[in-house]
Amino acid sequence: MSPLQIAFWGFAILAVITAGMCITRRSPLSSALWLIVTLFCLAVLFTLLDAPFIGVLQVLVYAGAIMVLFLFVIMLLNLGRAGPGDMKGLLGAAIAALLGVALLVQLRGLGDAAPPAAIQLPPGTVQGLQRQQGVVGSVAGPLFDTYLVPFEITSVLLLAAVVGAVVLAKRKL
Amino acid sequence: MLLGPSLAVSAVLFAIGTAGVLLRRNAIVIFMCVELMLNAVNLTFVAFAQQLGTGGQIFVFFVMAVAAAEAAVGLAIVLAVYRHKETVDLQHINLLKG
Repeated sequence: MSPLQIAFWGFAILAVITAGMCITRRSPLSSALWLIVTLFCLAVLFTLLDAPFIGVLQVLVYAGAIMVLFLFVIMLLNLGRAGPGDMKGLLGAAIAALLGVALLVQLRGLGDAAPPAAIQLPPGTVQGLQRQQGVVGSVAGPLFDTYLVPFEITSVLLLAAVVGAVVLAKRKL
Repeated sequence: MLLGPSLAVSAVLFAIGTAGVLLRRNAIVIFMCVELMLNAVNLTFVAFAQQLGTGGQIFVFFVMAVAAAEAAVGLAIVLAVYRHKETVDLQHINLLKG
């Protein structure tokens, strides 16, 4: 195994373990903290998959901004300590595990999926592009060119979300 | 090439997220599980982007923007529900039940 593969599998296993911890911890606060570890591991995986800019965004936006929002709400509602338990009972847990495993069985074919050779770029194309245009440039170029309209629509979406969040969270309009 | 392993890890993370949504009753934890599922899908996009060009990475960018919007609105809804019901346990939020 190459060092790349060793690092990949190490962080992949860590991500799966911490995701499991996230859904089984009693206290929402420790769930959130375990999820942050999962998101960091995913950032490492993104970096190993030739997407360092997305890895940085993952840390900044997910582990930074979104999870702080979650922790803020958990602490605002004073849910930090473990309550009498928000897990469903034994039956609920069994159904959840069963459906999770069923989904996994259905997704098992994903492991050996491969894109058709006709649309596959020669190996190292993305890395070459990043060397040529820079790590940010190789993402920013198409973003502000081919995907300009979706990008502008995203700003409208975020504006709507901000207005909606303020309206919903305000006590009195 | 790490495409196959990445897709396998992504499938496992997605299944864990789904199981979490079904297992928990706390609205905030369910939101976190949904974020986990979104991240699993992001991993798929990045893994394919390695072979098919940077379009997948740009899609991850959009998914992150939508996730941020969803978290902001969702947590505002949780706050509003908490103000009415004094709980975020979905078992007690059953106004629509006949």
